Amino acid sequence: MTDKVLYIHKPFLILLILTLIPFSAQAAIDTYDTPNDGGNSITVTWGGEVIAQSRDKFTSLDIQRQKVAESAGWETAAVLPVTDSVFVDDSVKDNIPYKYRIVFSAPEGEALIFESEPVKSSPQFFNTKRLNVLIGVIICCVILFYYIYESRKGKKFYLRPIGGLQAIDDAVGRATEMGKPILYSAGRGKMQRVATIASMNVLSSVATKTAEYNTPLIFPNSEPVVAAVAQEVVYEAYLKAGHPDRYNPDDVFYLTDSQFGYAAAVDGIMVRRKPATNLFIGTFEAESLILAETGNSIGAIQIAGTDSTIQLAFFIVACDYFLIGEEYFAASGYLSKDPMVLGSLKGQDWLKIIVGGAIILGAVLETAGIGFFSKLFGIG
Amino acid sequence: MDISTTIAAILTLAIYSFLYRDNPVYKTAEHILLGVSVGYFVVITISNTIIPKLIIPLFVDGELIYIIPALLGIAMLLRVTKQFSHISRIPLALIIGVGAGIAIPAYMQAHLIAQMKATMLPLSNISNIVIIIAVLSVLVYFFFSRKHEGAFGVTAKAGIYFLMIFFGSTFGYTVMARISLLIGRIQFLLGDWLGIIR
Repeated sequence: MTDKVLYIHKPFLILLILTLIPFSAQAAIDTYDTPNDGGNSITVTWGGEVIAQSRDKFTSLDIQRQKVAESAGWETAAVLPVTDSVFVDDSVKDNIPYKYRIVFSAPEGEALIFESEPVKSSPQFFNTKRLNVLIGVIICCVILFYYIYESRKGKKFYLRPIGGLQAIDDAVGRATEMGKPILYSAGRGKMQRVATIASMNVLSSVATKTAEYNTPLIFPNSEPVVAAVAQEVVYEAYLKAGHPDRYNPDDVFYLTDSQFGYAAAVDGIMVRRKPATNLFIGTFEAESLILAETGNSIGAIQIAGTDSTIQLAFFIVACDYFLIGEEYFAASGYLSKDPMVLGSLKGQDWLKIIVGGAIILGAVLETAGIGFFSKLFGIG
Repeated sequence: MDISTTIAAILTLAIYSFLYRDNPVYKTAEHILLGVSVGYFVVITISNTIIPKLIIPLFVDGELIYIIPALLGIAMLLRVTKQFSHISRIPLALIIGVGAGIAIPAYMQAHLIAQMKATMLPLSNISNIVIIIAVLSVLVYFFFSRKHEGAFGVTAKAGIYFLMIFFGSTFGYTVMARISLLIGRIQFLLGDWLGIIR
């Protein structure tokens, strides 16, 4: 916090900077490492009586900075309206001391300068504004681990039937009877997406069945990393089914990152190889209707599931079965009957009860004019 | 009219020919699109990722920590060999692990906590009441461990109706956007290419 202020005329600017006069009681410039960030950021604030009185007099406000260690000259970091009182400098390097000064100037040449003490930026380990996210993750983990533990101990949980998932078995059987391949697409999501990870789980179950029935599984990809993971997943599934010899690595391949290049190529594959079943399970964008319409035109039975609510509307229109929202994430548990996934589904139902209860409580409190509860869910 | 406009127009018509049936003209356009896009992304990856994020930090700035991602990248390339392809599982595991670790809290924040806060509305008007009823009934629809029977089933059914209303409105809205894309393409063909319309 400081400290130094000058009333000067431009011809004497350089000389007078060396003899800054302190007015810490009337004006202040404060610089500090921007909190709750990943580093490379310093926040500069200024205010006080002198600045407040001077705002009408000056027309220009420059924020200047200097690397202390290099004793370099001042460089302009930003030019702001004179009414501003905060500047976040996101272009600094971590652990290097910087000094800042704010320069109010008028067309006649009069200027007012405030200079700060040196300050360094650094990344923070934890963003305290997202404490609620951590608490949410912990609650989810505790509930899910409990039900996974119960499921592993042998406890049986009821799961209601989901039409789209029951149809997957029939669709694989249909392709086998017709002697045609199955086409699987995970859309255009990157491997890091939750929907793509869920899609790989479904792929594993589908590939196990196609391995058992000796039905070709074609999987064109629009992401090289997803293609590599999919090759591993499909090979593992064939291995698990006891038929690694039936795995054809050329059927799981990368096409292109281009959205409509991918759509055009998958359309071409559909009309040329005429799969009996199309499974669109993953992250889809505008290509969803192009794919689903082409699949419809060749008479394939189509099952779609995506986390993209906009694209679901198109799949509902053009596909025979669809998985809405969480049905899609539950799919791998249904298909694999893995106790770990089945237990997590039961845990998710309890989480929905908690979420619903919190929403009702929040709405009631908001109606009563009490806003503290909903503020707990605010994210900085 | 320049040559690039003519090429773009011919390729547009070639792709549209798929509306009739699969044909050699469509196949040609499809393969050009695939080849060009893959080539483009290779160049983009080299110029935007490999050079500024690996070559320059490692060989120009001498930051040796970048040897680790370089080795992981090389491990990924070993997929093409039969003998060492298993090594590529190390970078794949890293991508999935780190990706999931980053994605799950972000998902929790954007898709759960922020949505919950947005739904905690005062029950002071019909709109807010409908929103809260819709959210709660849709939540009930996504219960998997209980049969949808009785009052629970009725609520779940209301949830699926709300979902279908949403999907219907989304469908109509998006179709309008797609039609505007079609209009843009027709304007390109008739205006930029043939000069029939202005």
